[in-house]
Amino acid sequence: MLSHDILIVGGGLAGLAAALQADPSLSIAIISKVHPLRSHSVAAQGGINAALGNHPEGRDDNWEKHTYDTIKGSDFLADQDAAELLCREAIPMIYELEKLGVPFSRFPGGVIAQRPFGGAGFPRTCYAADRTGLVIMHTLFEHVWRRRIKIYSEWLVVKLLVEHGVCQGVVVYDLTSGLIFPVRAKAVIFATGGYGRVYLKTTNAYINHGSGIGIAYKAGVPLKDMEFVQFHPTSLYSKNILITEGARGEGGYLINRHGRRFMADYAPQAMELAPRDIVARAIQTEIDRGNGFENEYVLLDLRHLGAEKIKKRLPSVRDICLRFAGLDPIEKPIPIQPAQHYSMGGIDVDIRGATCLPGFYAAGECACVSVHGANRLGGNSLLETIVFGKIAGREASRYVKNSHIREANPSFMEAEARKIDERVEAWMSRRDGEKVHRLLNRLKVIMTEKVGIFRNEKDLALALEEIRNIREDYEKRGYLAGHNRRYSQEMVNMLEFEYMLDLCEVITMGALARRETRGSHYRLDYPERNDKDWLKHTIVTWKEGRPILSYKPVVITKYSPVTRLY
Amino acid sequence: MARKYLFRIFRFDPKKDEKPYFQDFFYEEEKSKVILEALMDIRNEQDATLSFRYSCREGVCGSCGLVINGEFELACRTRLNSLGKEVIVIEPLPNLPVLKDLVVDMEPFFQALEAIKPYVMAEEEIEGQGFQELKEESLWLSSPGYRFEEKEMEAIEPLTNCILCGCCYSACPVVARDERYLGPIALAKLYRYIRDPRDRRRFKDWQYVGTSSGLWGCDTVFRCNEVCPRQVNPAHALLSLRRRYLIEKIKQIFRRKK
Repeated sequence: MLSHDILIVGGGLAGLAAALQADPSLSIAIISKVHPLRSHSVAAQGGINAALGNHPEGRDDNWEKHTYDTIKGSDFLADQDAAELLCREAIPMIYELEKLGVPFSRFPGGVIAQRPFGGAGFPRTCYAADRTGLVIMHTLFEHVWRRRIKIYSEWLVVKLLVEHGVCQGVVVYDLTSGLIFPVRAKAVIFATGGYGRVYLKTTNAYINHGSGIGIAYKAGVPLKDMEFVQFHPTSLYSKNILITEGARGEGGYLINRHGRRFMADYAPQAMELAPRDIVARAIQTEIDRGNGFENEYVLLDLRHLGAEKIKKRLPSVRDICLRFAGLDPIEKPIPIQPAQHYSMGGIDVDIRGATCLPGFYAAGECACVSVHGANRLGGNSLLETIVFGKIAGREASRYVKNSHIREANPSFMEAEARKIDERVEAWMSRRDGEKVHRLLNRLKVIMTEKVGIFRNEKDLALALEEIRNIREDYEKRGYLAGHNRRYSQEMVNMLEFEYMLDLCEVITMGALARRETRGSHYRLDYPERNDKDWLKHTIVTWKEGRPILSYKPVVITKYSPVTRLY
Repeated sequence: MARKYLFRIFRFDPKKDEKPYFQDFFYEEEKSKVILEALMDIRNEQDATLSFRYSCREGVCGSCGLVINGEFELACRTRLNSLGKEVIVIEPLPNLPVLKDLVVDMEPFFQALEAIKPYVMAEEEIEGQGFQELKEESLWLSSPGYRFEEKEMEAIEPLTNCILCGCCYSACPVVARDERYLGPIALAKLYRYIRDPRDRRRFKDWQYVGTSSGLWGCDTVFRCNEVCPRQVNPAHALLSLRRRYLIEKIKQIFRRKK
């Protein structure tokens, strides 16, 4: 049986950071359902936060101010010790990335350039034009090559194996051969990313199904704060491709049908640079009130920035507009609408990236430390992937070296793989029923209509019911039309769909239970934040075949909650 | 009104088929779509065994480079109605082994890139001490905190736009006839690192590319520049690398004379 000391699942930024930090004397491998370079991290545009104080207006910035902005942005749901760790480590992290070769944009004088971003008191977002994710990904990946770390590309992890109370490895579907088999590991790190594709409108890549989160959940690992779903204010109308917050950071305006900078009505101080939850709600409100265009979008106007700045600082935004909308932002404003963008919630981990299951770690978007609480600030997600990816790599290495692990029986592992194989056989033996893309579409419609930016009790309860109906159809009528197992995206989608149902159920349950408004979770029927009853993390655990809801306290070090004003 | 197209798609499963063939699919486009969306619809509605790669759908992940009506393009950003034809022929990237249908083996391309050591090379590595590795207790490598102006990066800026989609390698006529040739982007990336103000590699660390399977292999027909979906212009960098190589050679001769 194939065996490694540490298996890292996911080859985006968190996975690569974990691989580079893991002890090189151990046997390490990365498993990814696409080639790592195709991971969604490459789509990150605007930048990565660190309080370097390089901007002329940022001289008084420091990591503590970054911490406070992060906590306030989170609507005080972030664990404050975790936010402190994140923001303190941000500074040496940027210098390490620079040493590794990331081509950051520079200020005159030669230091790393920084731009303003939403919810930040100072301009502290470091960037490489508007392709920050792409260049960091490529840089880290080149170092993974240099280190000759083993990569299994186009392998989909479908199950986490647990025996004797510890993590023992995974079951994979190898797209290249079509086979399903177990892989043994002493420690497993999940860096499997988010689930944007459970919504109709999302900035996420097609591959972002979020199954990793569901796999952990089904292995008994609790999920935390899943009801907090970030909607990005500015996605390109109709295609929902991300238009970076950096466009507003560089000075872009949001304009409604009447030509008015409507953010003045919602966040008079911060205007376009209020946190994302506030800006996304403002845009949606304008559209709902008939102040948008075609009841679908408003405009992001960059024209006043001038051709030179747009070409130099926002070349990808311009290229996306030219290619996908047929317009040049130098000459015309960009039609934009909010779209699902990020998951604040995820696999419940502590500040070491560890879960309650010994040997199982998680980092990046699939994990919830929690540093983002109820709303993430732009520029903090790339930061999180690298800081907590590295920490997970270090901690998993320590675990492997210091623990005496009672290995699972190979026949148990083979049997687990066989169970999945039999499931696939059963799907293929059905001649008729529901195809997975239809099931997925039904799920997307429900999540978009009933678990979106604005929520209420009735819709959430209906959504929960409908999710359960879809699950029944999936179990009873799901089938695979294609009978070739090699490179079968249909099989990938079918295997992942179970977990997508799980995480949608958990999101909706958490949202239904949380009778308050906090950060991205807006309840029309409970429009106020309620710290007395709800300053706590939602925990959902899969126990004895059903989801169990519980709560745990927020870690507060020194910042007491205040009303968020921007 | 729906537009009608005929998709003629390359099919091949080397594990089952004796040889490749083309399969026709009729496709009705309700609203304006790109090739990738059409391929997904065909897979969902007509033939679930059709294999192709995709991820970001916004031209930045490099998964979906294909040959569409004879042109190299990313499937995710090519509109059906931009092709001006009702018959759309889809083929996998050439010069790379087909794994299944439109999915090709990118390993030869990645191996060429790995060969040039595509990363900022630090002093320690050149001195044979290996790259600075992390001690267990520290999370971060120490860094000098570089200072250099943006204009020092100007020459390499277009090269940082590369998404490693493989179109240049696949379209290169030299790669087609000589599998040892490193190909456009590997050599261009070498130039990217040599010109990086942080890189410490010396001429003797890279002069091995001065062969016919390295920088003298290029035919200068600029197919790579033409097919690149990101305006990286690898051939320009390759020509700059040649100039750099010659200058270094001349310097070497003068040093020997002294």
